[in-house]
Amino acid sequence: MEYFLELFMGGLTRGSIYALIALGYTMVYGIIELINFAHGEIYMIGAFTGLIVAGLLTMLGFPVSAILVIALVCAVIWAAAYGFTIEKMAYKPLRSAPRLSPLISAIGMSIFLQNYVMLAQTSDFLPFPELIPHFDFMDKAGSIMSSAELVIILATIASCVGLTLFIKFTKLGKAMRATAQNRKMAMLVGINVDMVISATFIIGSSLAAVGGVLIASHIGQINYYIGFIAGIKAFTAAVLGGIGSLPGAMLGGLVLGLTEAFATGYVSSDYEDVFAFLLLVLILIFRPSGIMGKEKTQKV
Amino acid sequence: MTAGCDGYAHAVRKSFLVALWFVFLTFPIMVIRVNTIEHTVVWHWSRIGYVALAIFFGSFVWRWLLARKELKKDDSQDETKVESMLTRLQSLPVFRYTALGLLALLAGVYPWVFDLYQTNIMISCLVYIVLGLGLNIVVGLAGLLDLGYVAFYAVGAYAYALCNMHWGIGFWYMLPVGAVLGAVLGILLGFPVLRLRGDYLAIVTLGFGEIIRLVLENWGDVTMGPSGISSIARPSLFGVNLGVVGSTQYMFYIMVGLMVFTIFCVNRLQNSRIGRAWLALREDEIACQAMGIDKMKTKLMAFALGATWAGMAGVVFAAKTTFINPASFTFWESAIILSIVVIGGMGSIRGVIAGAVILILVPEYLREFAQFRMLLFGAIMVLVMVFRPQGLISAKRKIYEYKVAEAEAVHE
Repeated sequence: MEYFLELFMGGLTRGSIYALIALGYTMVYGIIELINFAHGEIYMIGAFTGLIVAGLLTMLGFPVSAILVIALVCAVIWAAAYGFTIEKMAYKPLRSAPRLSPLISAIGMSIFLQNYVMLAQTSDFLPFPELIPHFDFMDKAGSIMSSAELVIILATIASCVGLTLFIKFTKLGKAMRATAQNRKMAMLVGINVDMVISATFIIGSSLAAVGGVLIASHIGQINYYIGFIAGIKAFTAAVLGGIGSLPGAMLGGLVLGLTEAFATGYVSSDYEDVFAFLLLVLILIFRPSGIMGKEKTQKV
Repeated sequence: MTAGCDGYAHAVRKSFLVALWFVFLTFPIMVIRVNTIEHTVVWHWSRIGYVALAIFFGSFVWRWLLARKELKKDDSQDETKVESMLTRLQSLPVFRYTALGLLALLAGVYPWVFDLYQTNIMISCLVYIVLGLGLNIVVGLAGLLDLGYVAFYAVGAYAYALCNMHWGIGFWYMLPVGAVLGAVLGILLGFPVLRLRGDYLAIVTLGFGEIIRLVLENWGDVTMGPSGISSIARPSLFGVNLGVVGSTQYMFYIMVGLMVFTIFCVNRLQNSRIGRAWLALREDEIACQAMGIDKMKTKLMAFALGATWAGMAGVVFAAKTTFINPASFTFWESAIILSIVVIGGMGSIRGVIAGAVILILVPEYLREFAQFRMLLFGAIMVLVMVFRPQGLISAKRKIYEYKVAEAEAVHE
């Protein structure tokens, strides 16, 4: 039971992070029907910015809580800037191109960003300072969850609720929904579609950056490659829940995180990533539109 | 962009702002390196200057190219001058046969003229050409984005390595077996993913490729895990074991033969019934179905045929390097093969060959660039998609001309 609880909390944490990144995927896909392949790299860049800022501030002797806040803010700013620029450079000129083109451009962008970080920083694993003071929540039997895990889960819930409210009630959110439904019509009724798409990328990137900093502080090390696997898994989560749907991304992330945690705990830890990919393949084969997705009819 | 003083001032100001933005963007990652354990910081201030300069001038080129692309949209003629000249030259039989003869001569003497190192590079270039042509069937002709292509390559390589290690089966027996294994695996993968379209297919194939790689890495009892399999036999010439130099030269001829065979097959396939079905599928899946084309069969064929060549190339790769491990079959390998197809020109045989030559040979000879190789791959993929989506050499399609005057005459 103890082991089960431990795995459960681990899976929940993992799943929260996947959900946080998946929100970015799902938003972008909902609006421009593009798998933003470089989204995982944004997460990685967020983590690196967090590391650099946190490292500098630690040396200047800032208190830990201040470091966490400043590192998060900086990571969000830079990741959002990257997301914005990537959209402008790699996706915007291709809006009217065949569907394969922006996807290939996105893969190119992802390769570029990884190698850019690898060359500018290093390819080694870099230690990440612990930004969330460690504290264990204990049960009679033993530790149930740590403070870092609690912060991650709470941050994800807060982001998800905030985002849902934002999309439901603000003017920009309304514009986003309209653009997602029909871009041309949205343009005709006077919505600045370019701005809406940029805003989508900025919000999605910010969420990924928050995830990047939190998980890096939890795990304690990062390298240039973390974005690839995290990106694929977050995409899996988004597909699992039904791409384009926000609660779906949340649900998908949790399902994936828990599946992975239990599979590695009870089956084999060697094949950790295989389970995620297998789940992805199975879901896409049997339910291509995901748990909460809607089936779309195609027209010529 | 309008010419004149005002226009230039505007352009300069804009480029300056773009450069400023990129300086901000790249600042933390390019300039600062912190070590949180030893508490040291290294500042690379000079890098920011390079970034600013590169972006400032790059921004001019970028906007000039974008403006040119906009202009081009109006002209339906998007063939470049060089290309049209090449086409005209090609229609001359004399030129064609001379060029082919020269190429054949070059292929014949190459391993004798150049040293072992050059021959080895050329062999790997030929392997990539074959891989590119194989993927070209799937991506270029059928329009199915396969990001796990390297899985078939890995299966071919591992099949030869394992069979050779355990039972001593030779290269020539394994070459067709590798092809069949690739095809079978292609069908096995193709079957479940048939219903998926575009992006989803890309991700599933990526997942599949990663599964294969992870299994190779973790199934230590069979595949020897990350340490890989070494001392794989090189092909023998009618039972005679050649030395290192001899077998490399022999390998070169095998690869040339395999490439010619591949070109022949792909060329024949392109204009066949199934080839036309692929093109139709690529252009519009639903319309293609409405025309009565069996979508399932067409996609399966594309997957299986593409994988066939990957399987063969895998066998050759294992025989050439005599050592394989899972690190040779990562997603990046798939990405390199994909960029060969995309940059060369999707659907064009000459394009794929040009793409492989540029992407494999150029970084080999520019050793200093070696670490920037993947960076350049990524950048080039984006640039090609933005400015030349059809690739360097675009595939030519047969045009059936419809003459207005004649048609009107018939109507009258």
